[in-house]
Amino acid sequence: MNTINRSRRNFIKNTSTLALGSTLPISLVELAFADSSQNFTFAYISDSHIQQIKGTYFVRNWDRGLIRAVADTNLLTPKPDFVMFGGDLAQLGSPAELDHGAEILSALKHDVKYVMGEHDYYLDLGAYWEKLFGPQYYSFDHKGVHFIVLNSIRTYDDWTYKRWPTNEQRMLEMAGLDNPNGSPFMVGEEQRKWLKEDLAKVAKTTPVVVFSHSPLQKIYKGWNFWTEDAEQIQALLKPFNKVSVIYGHVHQIQYNQIGNISFNSVMATAWPWPYPASYAQAEQYLPKLTVPMNRADPFFERDATGWQFINMADGNVDLNFTLYDNTDRIVRFSKIDKTPVDTQYQAEDARIPPQTHY
Amino acid sequence: MSSLPYKKTALGMVFVALLVTHGVQADEFTEDDLQRWQQQFMASVQQGRDLWTSPTLGSNGVACAQCHPNAANTHPETYPKFQKQIGKVVPLWEMINWCLRNPLESQPLAADDPKMIALQAYVTHERRGVKLEPGKH
Repeated sequence: MNTINRSRRNFIKNTSTLALGSTLPISLVELAFADSSQNFTFAYISDSHIQQIKGTYFVRNWDRGLIRAVADTNLLTPKPDFVMFGGDLAQLGSPAELDHGAEILSALKHDVKYVMGEHDYYLDLGAYWEKLFGPQYYSFDHKGVHFIVLNSIRTYDDWTYKRWPTNEQRMLEMAGLDNPNGSPFMVGEEQRKWLKEDLAKVAKTTPVVVFSHSPLQKIYKGWNFWTEDAEQIQALLKPFNKVSVIYGHVHQIQYNQIGNISFNSVMATAWPWPYPASYAQAEQYLPKLTVPMNRADPFFERDATGWQFINMADGNVDLNFTLYDNTDRIVRFSKIDKTPVDTQYQAEDARIPPQTHY
Repeated sequence: MSSLPYKKTALGMVFVALLVTHGVQADEFTEDDLQRWQQQFMASVQQGRDLWTSPTLGSNGVACAQCHPNAANTHPETYPKFQKQIGKVVPLWEMINWCLRNPLESQPLAADDPKMIALQAYVTHERRGVKLEPGKH
């Protein structure tokens, strides 16, 4: 919690008001960006994997992660303009799990917008999710920024419609991250066509932010840290001056810059995932830019999970990771390097032992 | 803590095979032997993989693979090692039992339980090729 403590000290120094005695993570981002009226913040919660055991019993550990993110987000000052939920609300996509997750999220005192994850989708192809949260892909404008939400976890029609005898089995096969019977994620032709038409109405100078569940870049196919048509999506986004892609699914900190497009992942509230390099048999392409999150301490059940608040600063995104039981991280878009940069650990000699994964 | 009956049978077959093919002679093994021993090992690896991904190994539906896809981040090559939170040097199977008790909200397995052996066979197989670094954190 180093960064928050430092912010708090600045806050106390910069204002005559003595802060109330709360130790909860409170955003003071307005202090840093007070000049621009167009800057705003939103919060991002993702990958809660609410998992039903039986009847009214759910896995306590995953419940607690989401409940805590909701409680923390409600304490943000200044209040974020909206909250994104980044997908995988449920573990096996059942109405019971989606309902239970929606109920926990209903405590948020904000507008909430939703991204589809594969764990929400492959039981009924999003039918119940749509009833609760609306369309699977859409766009909206907010304070001069064009936001796009894609369902990036679809796959080949043969796999979805012809391969599995039951919907339940289809869901189970896709739910196993390392299951060789799975199939690569993709946005697909229908949404690419829609995206092209949607972007045609947007000025090239308008900042564009895309929310997807899977990375719209190729990192490791074996765990679907991957989107099959990533290059085609990137090509559609290329004409715009400022583009940011924010994705869930990977349960770890990743960031990258490809041309004009900044990529940032968000944390899970449920559990962390190893970096693909930790799997000795994997051929993987973690972006060189990424300074990994700290290795998780399993004895602290919330370690390496968390949520984030995001500044839209001059059309670029700055991610403030609120990491339970660990030091918070800030990955900010650098105007000099024109890439996302970790504010504390980016330099090779600034890294600490827990950031080495093997 | 149920042991799987087919494991016993398989083990019996190895003893019989050893008596028949080798008699009183020292161990001069053949390609066939090597293949058969590898098959025995891989059967244990497969059993371990099935348990690793099973929602019924624990009591709450959580599977090992949910946090450890391909058994990554288990580091079998570093055991035995000092675990700060346990306060002593422990072998891998004690750490597996920690996971069974906590995230899986279940009961520990005996060190020689065939399920525990299979879990370790799977975890170690996924880590093949990585050099031994006992004690490394």
